[in-house]
Amino acid sequence: RHRSRREQAQIMEVGQLQRKFVDYTASLFCEGFLDAQFTQLQQLQDESNPDFVVEVVSLFFEDTEKLLNDLTRALDQQIVDFKKVDAHVHQLKGSSSSIGAQRVRNACIAFRNFCEEQNTDACSKCLQQVKQEYSLAKNKLDTLFRLEQQIAEAGGAVPM
Amino acid sequence: MARDGVFSRWRRTDKFEGMSGLSPSDCHDVHVLAVDDSLVDRKVIERLLKITSCKVTAVDSGRRALQFLGLDEEKSSVGFDGLKVDLIITDYCMPGMTGYELLKKIKGSITFREVPVVIMSSENVLARIDSCLEEGAEDFIVKPVKLSDVERLKDYMFGEDPIQGEGKGVNKRKLREACEISSSPSSSPPSISSSSPLSSQSLSSTPSPRSSSPSSPSSLDSPTRRLKMTNCGT
Repeated sequence: RHRSRREQAQIMEVGQLQRKFVDYTASLFCEGFLDAQFTQLQQLQDESNPDFVVEVVSLFFEDTEKLLNDLTRALDQQIVDFKKVDAHVHQLKGSSSSIGAQRVRNACIAFRNFCEEQNTDACSKCLQQVKQEYSLAKNKLDTLFRLEQQIAEAGGAVPM
Repeated sequence: MARDGVFSRWRRTDKFEGMSGLSPSDCHDVHVLAVDDSLVDRKVIERLLKITSCKVTAVDSGRRALQFLGLDEEKSSVGFDGLKVDLIITDYCMPGMTGYELLKKIKGSITFREVPVVIMSSENVLARIDSCLEEGAEDFIVKPVKLSDVERLKDYMFGEDPIQGEGKGVNKRKLREACEISSSPSSSPPSISSSSPLSSQSLSSTPSPRSSSPSSPSSLDSPTRRLKMTNCGT
């Protein structure tokens, strides 16, 4: 049937956004921000649970922000309780692994090694590294989710 | 949907396409208790279990798990019909009570010791796996948990050996082969009920126990097992 100019423009827009989404997702995997576990989460999303990935990732953001605050405080103490620090990092390693945030997870692994050595300076540096990786991951994921939203708003389906 | 007596209740709908006269089962009955102190992991495991058609209760600690099971003060087991639990899946590293300690408590309970318990851990430590299996854990899943891990768990509900060899739970099978463990964690033989299926579309009677079966390796040569073998790999 004959499509109006408006419809044609809309279809083109959706197509562009979808391509942008696919390319952006691919880059996140390429650059190691995301790993196979993220794909796993995407596969758990369907019509009955259309926001699953966003929901899990949001929980991850909340959880991580709290953990990073706890870690900052713990390393700021006169006498550092490395067991506590390690427990927090272990938790962060676990949750980042569960959502596929690969670089955050790897930063946590390095961090734990220094906890074992009870090296405060090195741990502080690791914390900075983890914070940086988290910040990057959050930006990337927020961008990804925004793209999804734009596609949906333009009336398209998100390619998974 | 009518309950299908021939096939395992765990089958996902897509496997039945093209098989005339048979409807996919609903699996409302299967209840899993998931224990994990991580909110993120609880959300993921809950979804993984729900997508494989289980009813899920997710709690954040071993203590709460025991409370849920009514084991916290070792009260009598009367009246726990409504709390039928077919599988317990727990994280190993938890503050307070570890998954290992929870496992021991469950295996030490008359009411729940036959319930299969699966341990999850981010650390692939052989000694840890060993001690969990020795205490009676069915399987040990290395995190992050995937859909294939959860799908494999279905087998524990019916007393059959997992058929798929892929995935991290292969640890258990490898250990068994290596150590030639002949005894199974549980003491009683698998209970095979020949309860007749509910729908008029049912075929011959097959094992489909309602309660959690012991997990001893069985050589059931049931239509279910044969069908599982042809359908495995997904």
